[in-house]
Amino acid sequence: MTSFWALVRRDLRLAVREGGAIGTALGFFLVVVSLMPLGLGPDLNLLARIAAGILWIALLLAALLSLNRIFEADYEDGTLDVLATGSLPLELVAAAKALAHWLTTGIPLALLAPVLGILLNLDLGAYPVLVATTLAGTPAVSFLGAIGAALTVKARRGGLLLALVVLPLYVPTLIFGISAVSATMGPSGMGAAFLILTAISLAAVVLGPIAAAAALRIQLQ
Amino acid sequence: MQLIAEDLVIERGGRIVIDGLSFSVSEGETLILSGANGAGKTTLLRTIAGFIRPASGTVQLDGGDGELTITEQAHVVGHANAIKSSMTVFENAAFWAEYLGGQAASTERIERALHHFGLEDLVEFPAAYLSAGQRRRLGLARLLLAPRALWLLDEPTVSLDVASSDRLVAAVNDHTRTGGLAIVATHVPLALERARTLTIASQRMAA
Repeated sequence: MTSFWALVRRDLRLAVREGGAIGTALGFFLVVVSLMPLGLGPDLNLLARIAAGILWIALLLAALLSLNRIFEADYEDGTLDVLATGSLPLELVAAAKALAHWLTTGIPLALLAPVLGILLNLDLGAYPVLVATTLAGTPAVSFLGAIGAALTVKARRGGLLLALVVLPLYVPTLIFGISAVSATMGPSGMGAAFLILTAISLAAVVLGPIAAAAALRIQLQ
Repeated sequence: MQLIAEDLVIERGGRIVIDGLSFSVSEGETLILSGANGAGKTTLLRTIAGFIRPASGTVQLDGGDGELTITEQAHVVGHANAIKSSMTVFENAAFWAEYLGGQAASTERIERALHHFGLEDLVEFPAAYLSAGQRRRLGLARLLLAPRALWLLDEPTVSLDVASSDRLVAAVNDHTRTGGLAIVATHVPLALERARTLTIASQRMAA
């Protein structure tokens, strides 16, 4: 496991020093959400009703912008070859890189979401739930995203392809993320939707790296 | 320990690049791969490394650790150097030592590897400012950071000056003297000891 944590630490260090990916994702999130009220007009009830949906969609699109860097930089400079010669299975290499992506992109996005909720007149009671759901849902974003990133690592300007591969996988996360937040405002509470969202994330954490590693093996050929 | 390749057939992009190649490399021996550009030296090295699956034939490492694949017992130095520009020379080396070795390496070991390739004055230098030859040497320093039985070197002397080439040759000779195996693809004559040359013939396009 030393190798695993060495890889995670290295990716965190690179993310902090290079900074570009986090900045792009957070900046995009901020811009999209702050443009929404301008486009929709000052109807506070309308904004409050659709706030959860806007936040989740903007979060997914922002995360999408940073996904291609998960493996691309390592592929370009030959690091991926050397990572593959380690005793760490490729599945765990993919898991380490997806974990680092979640720590450096998923968590910052999740923590920014409630701040942006203010712009959308999000119901006060929904804030804790919003943070909980975004924290619980973003692992799925990183670990499913790793599959798309691995599949498109050799594609020059594969951004659109990556979006087409990954966005369908994000649909369940989106649906249950939004319904968990919306449900707190209704009578049924957040329970079921939140649990399903967590289950999706847990499944993604297990299955994502396996699929990503299979894709990487093909890319190494 | 012996690396044995039998009846290797390797296909790339619908074209047979290596057709029915058999060879073996014994403990303490260096195999030099030569051949024209495009003859399939890199392809062969990547197949031995386990990255490319051959169309038929096998590559085996007899007497190695049976629980590990060849990939896990090999150092692969390819055309790219696997260096992160935003980390220092030492941080790059320390990462590979820990990742490939499975445990944090001592500062002394890392500095010894850097010293061997003449990088001792650049330890705290950001890798972004290294020249092509210095980057190459940092890539090669990986060989000494974690012990691996099989070294697969693809054009290792590219951008190296004469002195650095000699340091590389010394490292390879040390490695084979202590029972290691090395396969080196190169166009430059190198003073490698206990070396045999395998010339790979270019395959014609299939009619």
